[in-house]
Amino acid sequence: MSGSADLVTPALLLSLGLFAIGVVGVFLRRNVITVFMCVELMLNAVNLAFVAFSRWRGTLDGQVLVFFVLTVAAAEAAVGLAIIIAAQRNKDTLDLDAFNLLKW
Amino acid sequence: MTLDAILFYVFAAAALGSALVVVGQRHPTYSAFALIVTLCSLSAVFGLLGSPFIAVLQVVVYAGAIMVLFLFVLMLLRVTREERPAGGGWALKATAIGLGAVLAAQVGSVLATVARGPGAPGFNASTVSVARLLFSPAYLYVFEATSILILAALVGAVALAKRDL
Repeated sequence: MSGSADLVTPALLLSLGLFAIGVVGVFLRRNVITVFMCVELMLNAVNLAFVAFSRWRGTLDGQVLVFFVLTVAAAEAAVGLAIIIAAQRNKDTLDLDAFNLLKW
Repeated sequence: MTLDAILFYVFAAAALGSALVVVGQRHPTYSAFALIVTLCSLSAVFGLLGSPFIAVLQVVVYAGAIMVLFLFVLMLLRVTREERPAGGGWALKATAIGLGAVLAAQVGSVLATVARGPGAPGFNASTVSVARLLFSPAYLYVFEATSILILAALVGAVALAKRDL
């Protein structure tokens, strides 16, 4: 592992790219599950930023934070998919526009 | 250019390309498979950045557990292509592009002011050192709170997915 190559800045740019793609997906997709996957994509982009800054600073706190983000993402996926199953059972569709029960 | 850098750019391109497929694909199942490619490429990127622990965690937790859950739900539900074209009208598209521009500006300012230089030389976050910090008193309460969160999520998921609440 040669520490000489500057990978921090490219890693941050990659993180930006992935996060932006995730944001665009959340706004443009209509399927609940695809939108959920875009959220996971954004979480991963944030993880990449944590790892890049951890490498830049030479400290390990970023790595620990990534561990916690992974845990929360796993919990979020379990609960979110359960909600999607329940919503699909009620509305018989996965289209986001159909889920307007909480809309005022 | 070192081998590390070449591999980094190869996997970064793979991650970006498959992420575009995730968003551009109309069928959620194909999106899920593209997302698996993204996550595995990111795992390689983590490894190249000197974080082998996170790299393995990425494959085991994300590509292994979370994506299997996604695919399981996709197979469970009747999933079809989105019939209507993507995009919820002019306002949503403008919001998406505006948010993207704000993000780019923020990261640009960070890159311009903070992140300079190659980082700590020979940085390698070994599993032992990460574990020492993770189980140290600094993160003790956070770690315990995480276990409560997992338990709550478990109970919540079972309660939500049960028929006839």
